[in-house]
Amino acid sequence: MKFAVIMFPGSNCDVDMYHAVEEAVGEEVEYVWHNETSLEGFDAVLLPGGFSYGDYLRPGAIAHFSPIMEAVKKAADEGKPVLGVCNGFQVLLESRMLPGAMRRNKNLHFICKTLPLTVENNTTVFTNSYEQGETIQIPVAHGDGNYYCDEKTLAELRENNQIVFTYGLNENGSTADIAGITNKEGNVLGMMPHPERAVEELLGSADGKKLFTSIVKQWREKNAVTS
Amino acid sequence: MQLLHEPSPELIKEKKLFAEMGVSEEEFTFIESILGRLPNYTELGLFSVMWSEHCSYKNSKVLLKKFPVEGERVLQGPGEGAGIIDIDDEQAVVFKIESHNHPSAVEPYEGAATGVGGIIRDVFSMGARPVALLNSLRFGELKNPRVKYLFEGVVSGIAGYGNCIGIPTVGGEVQFDPCYEGNPLVNAMCVGLIDHKDIQKGQAKGIGNPVMYVGAGTGRDGIHGATFASEELSEDSEAKRPAVQVGDPFMEKLLVEACLEATKHPKLVGIQDMGAAGLTSSSAEMASKAGSGIRMNLDLVPQREKQMSPYEMMLSESQERMLLVVEKGSEQEFKDIFDHWGLNAVVVGEVTDDKRLTLIHEGKTAADVPVDALAEEAPVYHKPSREPAYFREFQKQENYRPKVGDYGTVLKELLQQPTIASKEWVYEQYDYMVRTNTVAAPGSDAAVIRLRGTNKALAMTTDCNSRFIYLDPYEGGKLAVAEAARNITASGAEALGVTDCLNYGSPDNPEIFWQLEKSTDGLSEACRTLETPVVGGNVSLYNETNRGAVYPTPVIGMVGLIHDTAHITTQAAKQSGDAVYFLGKVTPSFAGSELQKMTEGSIFGKVAPVDLEAEKRYQKQVLSAVRNGSVSSAHDVSEGGFAAAAIEKLFGTSLGAEVTLPHEDDLAGSFAEGYPGYIVTVPQEKKTTFEKAAPEAVEIGRITEEAEFTLRNKQGETVLKESVGELEKLWRGAVSCALKSKD
Repeated sequence: MKFAVIMFPGSNCDVDMYHAVEEAVGEEVEYVWHNETSLEGFDAVLLPGGFSYGDYLRPGAIAHFSPIMEAVKKAADEGKPVLGVCNGFQVLLESRMLPGAMRRNKNLHFICKTLPLTVENNTTVFTNSYEQGETIQIPVAHGDGNYYCDEKTLAELRENNQIVFTYGLNENGSTADIAGITNKEGNVLGMMPHPERAVEELLGSADGKKLFTSIVKQWREKNAVTS
Repeated sequence: MQLLHEPSPELIKEKKLFAEMGVSEEEFTFIESILGRLPNYTELGLFSVMWSEHCSYKNSKVLLKKFPVEGERVLQGPGEGAGIIDIDDEQAVVFKIESHNHPSAVEPYEGAATGVGGIIRDVFSMGARPVALLNSLRFGELKNPRVKYLFEGVVSGIAGYGNCIGIPTVGGEVQFDPCYEGNPLVNAMCVGLIDHKDIQKGQAKGIGNPVMYVGAGTGRDGIHGATFASEELSEDSEAKRPAVQVGDPFMEKLLVEACLEATKHPKLVGIQDMGAAGLTSSSAEMASKAGSGIRMNLDLVPQREKQMSPYEMMLSESQERMLLVVEKGSEQEFKDIFDHWGLNAVVVGEVTDDKRLTLIHEGKTAADVPVDALAEEAPVYHKPSREPAYFREFQKQENYRPKVGDYGTVLKELLQQPTIASKEWVYEQYDYMVRTNTVAAPGSDAAVIRLRGTNKALAMTTDCNSRFIYLDPYEGGKLAVAEAARNITASGAEALGVTDCLNYGSPDNPEIFWQLEKSTDGLSEACRTLETPVVGGNVSLYNETNRGAVYPTPVIGMVGLIHDTAHITTQAAKQSGDAVYFLGKVTPSFAGSELQKMTEGSIFGKVAPVDLEAEKRYQKQVLSAVRNGSVSSAHDVSEGGFAAAAIEKLFGTSLGAEVTLPHEDDLAGSFAEGYPGYIVTVPQEKKTTFEKAAPEAVEIGRITEEAEFTLRNKQGETVLKESVGELEKLWRGAVSCALKSKD
């Protein structure tokens, strides 16, 4: 299986994402520069955290117009798993690949700490290795992670089982404690917490590892017949 | 639009306009004799910044010579962008600390942000990948609204820059004292990693080689920043806000990546950061170090404002710029590297053999001065020194002993002093995890990052208890180094070396100069005994306002090597049942202690002498115990004394402890400060192994399941029994509580 890690000039968790795939699940992974226009040959797409183009305007607002995003949309339409973490989530929101928007954290400060998350839906390509309702420890590091959507959207998210992770401790003020959501189809996940930072006990938690193994597991099952 | 109408050389001399640039009459005459004519306005500007204390160390040079700068592992001592120390396997650690005090005093967000940006450039200009940031901060008491504004602004500035650029801010310290009220200290340290083969130097070699300007355009921001940094703060300082630069961390992120690519290119000759004194210092220093000259055409310099004068371009401290010298013919290859990252890379001049800095502007020679005169020949002053009356007074005082009531109440109050209280409010705003190498996060004695792909890790810390240095610069100086080394040792590392940031008042005051003299004596002696050479640093003088000078604050940045990640040790207790040991020697002294300040509102008295040999012995024992695998946690005793250190071991663990005080005097055993001491927890089955490695350690208690904290005296009487949860709540909440409080 081959993962793409999209590199915007201001991405800074690209390296972490790359290492998580390489070391935690041992699959093939490559960086793809923001000016590229194709993601042919990749089986999953990872949008890492950071400050895509400086994000002085609004996180992800400029990244939405970058050449690679057309290819990301195409990959999503083809049903490939697309994971956006932190800034990657913000980019998915700005690109309207996921519903809702981000506001500044409610305390107006950047927050960096490890928080408990609840796995609300373990049937997705990203969470099939977790238990339903499991509590996992995953770090957050963001200034604009206060997820917002209107009530109609929230009702839809609930109805379609799109809320994948919620905060056990809601520090940023997100609507309905939302930490991560998918699209209706379930193959695009945006989440503020960083699973790629939680793949080794040495660094405090390995609870994020299952997110990557879930993706690989599903891909293997799907491709078992052919391989 | 030209900001200034430039006066003629004659007018400058006649009206003594040089004084406005911080140049003395004597220095002006010296410049005149170097040039054999009167300097024009631009030339005088070049001299004034290069001869400022910030760039030339003219007042501190005589003292800096005392530092031990050599060691088996030292690959690069002071003089380049940053120091470099070997960490085996053809790898090295690159690190430096620098101040950004004055800018932060008038514009806290940008002042602190650009301080971070500047120190990062110092590290990657050596060819190293920056891997960690630390900050040492000092503010007035968290009561006055202005101090709160400065504190909040500085913290968000550091966060804004470090988080965006994606280098983890892993540690540092924050202390509060009235002496820093109008003049906060903002010292930023950066640590980088490099392979020996990639080490770069800032030299302009090879006659005819092109000089390239890369990165952001030059604007009018930060003009005369170095001069501003070399004078006292006054009511007029607010008007110097334009001397504060504005940072763009996104630009610097691009610059880091592009420059690291460039430094791996075989045709790169030299690279230097345009930091203090911008284009002037980078060009003059690179030429001077190589014994060459540089000729630049200023019309080619990327500018972001119109009609900038040579003076403005040369003195601008616009951020995120670097100067490169590359082999002739390879210009396009470097342009391609920078183009990929969307950055300017423009040839602005060439290396010459005349040892002069020649600047051309609009077809005319705007300046023509010898590079060595700028970079090397600044006058060196040995200022008069005088022992202050306060010091003589303190030396005569009887041993001070505070009067306190209930020990539990005292401990609760101590834990809420902002200097001791949890700094979560600060470090949770910093991304301390990005790049996923941070093993020991902020909040432990030293931060630890592992080196991916190896079994090694680096420990790093900043430390300086300036109260002790104020009371006794010599003993306090020794203590600053010893404390930093204790932090490093407690994390399981072998201390490698030091970068120092010397923050003092005005050296023109003989009593301040005396503080500088005595404290650098103490620092030097400790660095020599503890075998931690000084490989770089920064001097920041004139840290005073009309209310006086800051305490002498030589912040010690120290880095240590952990040979095996299994040896990484943190301060928090790990499991109930573990034995608690004390290793050290309590000196029953309260001069300069947090308790003295809290109960008396001020500090005074005679500081107990620091025994460096004992210090070294204890360090060896801790380290050998860590390495034989018998230690489950270690923490050194510092502010707040033994009681504070012991309870800190329990925070965040849900454990408790029952311990006996390490001294027969209950008060000293609980709250005295300034002595060497480690509190170590050891699994029961490893006690014999531990005692073998640390023969001087004394078993004083155990870690308990129940979250109660009990201190007993040597007679077995309980002197304090408190709920850990309650103490922790007070300790965690104190800083944000102080910020919210209206009084």
